[in-house]
Amino acid sequence: MLEILNNYGLILLIGEYPHGPLGGLAMTLILAASALLLSFPLAILVGIARTAPLIAVARLAALYANTIRGLPLLLLVFWAYFAVPMLFGKSINATVVMLGALIVYESAYLGEIVRAGIVSLPRGQQEAARTLGMGYWTTLRKVILPQALYNMIPSMMNQFVVVVKNTSLAYVIGVDELTNAAYQVNSQLLTKPFEVYALLAMTYFVVCFLLSRSVEAVERRITRNRRSRPS
Amino acid sequence: MKDLLLANPDYVTLLLHGLGVTARLFAVSWILAMLLASLLTAIRSAGGRVGRSVVAIFVEYHRNVPGLVQIFVWYFGVPQLLPTSVQRWINHHNGEFFLSCIALTLYAAAYMSEDLRSGLRSLPRGQAEAARSLGMSYGQTLRHILLPQAVRASLPPLVNQTLALFKATSLAMTVGVADMMHATRQIENETYRTFEAFFIVSVAYVLMSWLIMGVGAYAGRRFSTARN
Repeated sequence: MLEILNNYGLILLIGEYPHGPLGGLAMTLILAASALLLSFPLAILVGIARTAPLIAVARLAALYANTIRGLPLLLLVFWAYFAVPMLFGKSINATVVMLGALIVYESAYLGEIVRAGIVSLPRGQQEAARTLGMGYWTTLRKVILPQALYNMIPSMMNQFVVVVKNTSLAYVIGVDELTNAAYQVNSQLLTKPFEVYALLAMTYFVVCFLLSRSVEAVERRITRNRRSRPS
Repeated sequence: MKDLLLANPDYVTLLLHGLGVTARLFAVSWILAMLLASLLTAIRSAGGRVGRSVVAIFVEYHRNVPGLVQIFVWYFGVPQLLPTSVQRWINHHNGEFFLSCIALTLYAAAYMSEDLRSGLRSLPRGQAEAARSLGMSYGQTLRHILLPQAVRASLPPLVNQTLALFKATSLAMTVGVADMMHATRQIENETYRTFEAFFIVSVAYVLMSWLIMGVGAYAGRRFSTARN
């Protein structure tokens, strides 16, 4: 296994870069981070719509979220692979296709997190703001969202770990990321599939485990901060 | 109307066959995962430092590695460690199905055991103490008193996990299991009617997922009223 790491470690880490396209673990992390960042505005909209006082809006948002959450990500990836080029009218880089699928998928899950953050605030917050004469949107922007988003930080970071794992599906449409790199290393070696895939699993494990641990640390800190605040 | 994919009996058969494989993969993995999760929870709560650490490592591994990679490890990797005769037997007996099954079972069991464990921890200590003082053994206490309540307490996350497992069965397609997703790709390749093929399978997945969510919501309501 050390031999594989010696010979192919760099490919697993950054792909062919700087002589070719970026790939490997670096691509996995970039893909995950951009998917989460780009789905965030969409997720806030979904979260707001889910808690909207207008029943029709809330129902529509629920339908959207439950439909996306009812589909396997793999199917969304295939949809994107087929639909994104049609939208743009030309063939599109597979990385962008994957990004599109991840953004839509995460908007539903992150949206649920936003909703939970809004719902878990005491009702008094909203009532007080409205009594002071703030409108619905001002209340959301100045009172509800700042608190809800702060409380959601651990869940959002957890979601980053989930997205890192989800990017492995990009292999199916040929994006140069970590799983794909391992697949290619395996096809070059041919005789050592166990070592290659064990190495792949260990790489994901180290990254995700460290990320999860830092989420726990942040979570403890936030819980402490919330407790010390007068309620 | 005659031109629809669903009007062609060949494609309907293919899809139904795929649906059957998806359902089998899901049902077998779910049952085995629930059993294994209960066992893991029992080992973890029974004390014993070695047992507890082994379960903790098992859970951490399966929670921090993508499901797709776990399937790859089982399908591409593990057979290499087995003797040639066993490898040949696996190749001749639908190996991709039961290797994916093993991978999915272990994957789901790790998450479910965590859900059960937090359910168990939410129970008042008096439950176990009362059962033990009535003369029940540790195993009996767990089986008759603690686990049934833990399952009830951890029902929402367990339903979420069931849904995740159902969706994860689609990953088995990547190692050649002829599930519903696989059938769709096959039809798409033969007819080039991508939109229609994807639409049909999406409706199928969403309806089954909603069924799982619905059962979960119903069970949640029922059990929470029974408790009060």
